[in-house]
Amino acid sequence: MQIFSCPFCGPRPETEFHFGGEAGNDRPHGGASVPAQDWAAYLHLRHNPKGAAREIWMHTTCLEVFVMERDTLSMRAEPGQALGGHA
Amino acid sequence: MTRRYSALSLLKEGLSGQKGWQPAWDDRPLKPRYDVVIIGGGGQGLATAYYLAKTHGITNVAVIEKGWLGGGNTGRNTTVVRSNYFFPESVRLYDLSLKLYEKLSIELNYNIMLSQRGMVSLAHTPAEMEMSARVVNAMQINGTDAELLDADGVRQRLPIHHGGPDARYPALGGIWQGRAGTARHDAVAWGYARAASKLGVDIIQQCEVEDFLIEGGRCRGLRTSRGEVRADRVGMAVAGHSSVLATKAGFRLPVTSYALQACVSEPVKPILDTVVLSPGTGTYASQSDKGEIVIGGALDRVPSYGQRGNLPVLETVIAGLLEMFPAFRQLKLMRQWAGIVDVVPDSSPILGESPLPGLFLNGGWGTGGFKAIPAGGTLLAHLLATGQHHDISRPFDLDRFTTGRLIDEAAGSGIAH
Ligand SMILES: Cc1cc2nc3c(=O)[nH]c(=O)nc-3n(C[C@H](O)[C@H](O)[C@H](O)COP(=O)(O)OP(=O)(O)OC[C@H]3O[C@@H](n4cnc5c(N)ncnc54)[C@H](O)[C@@H]3O)c2cc1C
Ligand SMILES: [Zn+2]
Repeated sequence: MQIFSCPFCGPRPETEFHFGGEAGNDRPHGGASVPAQDWAAYLHLRHNPKGAAREIWMHTTCLEVFVMERDTLSMRAEPGQALGGHA
Repeated sequence: MTRRYSALSLLKEGLSGQKGWQPAWDDRPLKPRYDVVIIGGGGQGLATAYYLAKTHGITNVAVIEKGWLGGGNTGRNTTVVRSNYFFPESVRLYDLSLKLYEKLSIELNYNIMLSQRGMVSLAHTPAEMEMSARVVNAMQINGTDAELLDADGVRQRLPIHHGGPDARYPALGGIWQGRAGTARHDAVAWGYARAASKLGVDIIQQCEVEDFLIEGGRCRGLRTSRGEVRADRVGMAVAGHSSVLATKAGFRLPVTSYALQACVSEPVKPILDTVVLSPGTGTYASQSDKGEIVIGGALDRVPSYGQRGNLPVLETVIAGLLEMFPAFRQLKLMRQWAGIVDVVPDSSPILGESPLPGLFLNGGWGTGGFKAIPAGGTLLAHLLATGQHHDISRPFDLDRFTTGRLIDEAAGSGIAH
């Protein structure tokens, strides 16, 4: 069992957390005027890095969403950081 | 010199001290240029090389593998082959694969130990029973074999399943596909490698692709740990490492890499003669020819390139298995491992030319690309030989993520492997 750290609740078992996607994947603005390519990129294309990653996670017990830096190869996870308005 | 495998050659070699066997494939150096270079010496890459040579007569081909043949997911998978998918596009793909598998041992002159022992997908609730009926209908309409089992049908096929009145996961019925089964994973990789090598394909192991040679906006070759190699066309079949290479080629893919784990028990006498899948508990199992119970389940929930599994998922898988098969409680696990799989939002593969012209993709198989090796190889070979899609591969082009024509098997058939 890996331990992740919620910025509000502290260290908790990994099963309490839900992966929310890559940080910095901002939703395109402009509604219908946004080209299909941009929607596709936002919805589906991922960097999927091997190694250092910056990710959005949810702690499903307190329902807070936060940023976590993690190494996807060594699986080392830094303590989560509260979202400062911007991911 | 014995090259062909047969009962006669076995007898001859047995009588002459097994001295005449040839290596299954030749170890040749990397040449500076090829017509086609394939990245990845798993089943998909090796099958591609074989069909390029066999079907299209293109033999100036190299397969470049950073480790050893089949050392990726091909040698780590639980070897279930089947075609019980929901959408017509998927059934065309996976049924082509199963049909090719049915003839493969003879075609390759290599025993891939295909065992079509059938597979039961259990339904534990009335809702799952309704979904099963829907999938069976879809499979029959798509022209593949499928049968809806009731509780008695499951009892007959799985007498060791605990379905009594006190069962936590009773079986109300399930989906039966009689042509499903298992095959020997190493043999599939080695059989294709041997047949491709015989047709002139160079198989280069211990050689890592580090970068792409891009000239005039086109992929012209590769930089590898053994130097540069040029090619008219490059194919890529690197499973969980698709995004790593895509980044070097300058584009992103709709892929997230996760660990998928499996484990085997100590070998026991024959007790389970079909493949059993329980989507409800997220567990599946079969018994290997050696007698081990081969157990698998769902993905780990944390994106990963670390080739090892985590404990919570293993616990869920084993707990589900033991609820359904109390007899397995006595078993000891011998080994547990994981592979890194390339998961795509619609759980369907990616086949086609990449955003970098000259580079063609075979990936996104996620948890289920072993069964698809003969078809994936056939289709990537077609793309590399002609530069055009085959009718069966066209729906799986990357453009589906822009047009929105996804082939969502996760929603359709609730796939697991
Ligand atoms: C535990 C587990 C159970 C599974 N069970 C099933 C199942 O029951 N049925 C089923 O159909 N599928 C199953 N799968 C999925 C299946 O194993 C894969 O989809 C399939 O093997 C993919 O084949 P491949 O040739 O594309 O990948 P791989 O066999 O992984 O081959 C890719 C190769 O590319 C090489 N490579 C990567 N990067 C580079 C580089 N830079 N340079 C050179 N080479 C490189 C790797 O070393 C690797 O050998 C399972 C997978 C796992 C992990
Ligand atoms: Zn919390």
